[in-house]
Amino acid sequence: MNFFTEIGRFMIFMKYVLKRPQKWSVFWKITFREMHNIGIESLVVVALIAFFLGAVTTIQTANQLLTPSDLFPTQLIPKFVVGSVVSTSAILELAPTITCLVLAGKVGANIASEIGNKKISEQIDAYEVMGINSASFVALPKIIAGLIMIPSLIIAANFLLMTGGAVATKFTSALSFDDLIEGARMVFHPEYVEIMLIKSFIFSFIITSLSSYQGYYTEGGALEVGAAGTYAVTRICIFILFFDLVIAQIFLGL
Amino acid sequence: MIEVESVGITLGGRKILNNINATFQPGVPNLVIGASGSGKSVFLKCLVGLLTPQEGKIIYDDQDFLSLEYDQKQELRKQIGMLFQNNALFDSLTVEENVEFPLKMFSSMNREERKHRVNECLSKVNLVNSNNKFPSEISGGMKKRVGIARAIALPIKYLFCDEPNSGLDPLTSRVIDDLILQITKDLNITTVINSHDMKTVKDIGENIIFIYQGAKWWQGNKSDLDTARAQNIELDSFFKASF
Repeated sequence: MNFFTEIGRFMIFMKYVLKRPQKWSVFWKITFREMHNIGIESLVVVALIAFFLGAVTTIQTANQLLTPSDLFPTQLIPKFVVGSVVSTSAILELAPTITCLVLAGKVGANIASEIGNKKISEQIDAYEVMGINSASFVALPKIIAGLIMIPSLIIAANFLLMTGGAVATKFTSALSFDDLIEGARMVFHPEYVEIMLIKSFIFSFIITSLSSYQGYYTEGGALEVGAAGTYAVTRICIFILFFDLVIAQIFLGL
Repeated sequence: MIEVESVGITLGGRKILNNINATFQPGVPNLVIGASGSGKSVFLKCLVGLLTPQEGKIIYDDQDFLSLEYDQKQELRKQIGMLFQNNALFDSLTVEENVEFPLKMFSSMNREERKHRVNECLSKVNLVNSNNKFPSEISGGMKKRVGIARAIALPIKYLFCDEPNSGLDPLTSRVIDDLILQITKDLNITTVINSHDMKTVKDIGENIIFIYQGAKWWQGNKSDLDTARAQNIELDSFFKASF
């Protein structure tokens, strides 16, 4: 299937997904369950990754900017610059993009496999024969849950990245906690948070919709369900990085 | 009543069904028989709209199913129950929740009324004390019964059964056949059963359609079978191979 056919099929899929749910009470019940699956169950892995990523970024940035070299034998860069670099990277890139790449593997593969399994075991056909819009029934609660929970995880990841950085200052003599915070405060722009939120909503939609689509069109058996998960993760990662570039160019490109 | 007029479908460049004409009456079990790969399951999927035939008409009590918009089709499907070959039970739901599912989606019953209806359906298929089990915890025959109970939970007018006896022992097969026959008569619904089980054909075949290589080869009832076999080598071969 060529690229344009696939785009067309995705659009048709979304046309059915974005229809009004047939029973709101059932829809919200499933959505809350999905919010738990996507958000709460991903919290620990996101927290760990954000914390360590913040610490590593702080140590490595400090090492690169503050270590005297042959070219710059004396330190020319103020220490708070490290805080500026770490906080800006956290808001603009590390929190939204890295978190979503991690969630592509965890949430995306899970959604694609779950829906793919329903497809091959005829459960999707059963919904359809009952008169239920199967695409909307299986995918819309996941998309809505993703749009609520993934940005929340990204906001939490942001705090944890800075916490990781703050903890790292305790283990390095090159940089103090005050330098880190001062740097972060000096370069803070509210627009960066807006960009982060824009990214988080777009990436959330990519993760949940692409994985649902991949699962919904699974054909075959157990092998194809596994393959659907792999395809979903690969495509989600590519689309996240592509839209990361597009958003960076639109909002930050000079 | 369901009328099928000149239905034909091509999938992947191959003609699967060609010019099928049939009428399925309510209150009697209508059987579609044929060897594996003859197009029976495709035919059933065309009838319920899971596949769209390129040719012909499918008319549900004066409603041309194929010309309906998606939302209108979904509305009509609320009157359809289907028993799938692999049961298609929702594996994350218990037996009770599976049967309750269509009621939750499409009825205005409260919790107590739904529970009462679920128990009524489960007792109709002789399945009691299994309400809280998951599909993975029950036998193949029990899964079929749950599938039937789920299919009849709402007041349906049409019931489709795709190979209801597949994977079952002869005794359980007979029980499932009797159950489908009883439900068809009691509820006076139009039932279409895909089968290659000759016992089913001989026991409950009131209106039988034999599909051979995607075309309707023969139509009759169980009392015509012996005469038809003598005159029709393909039907005779199918019968001999099935026993």
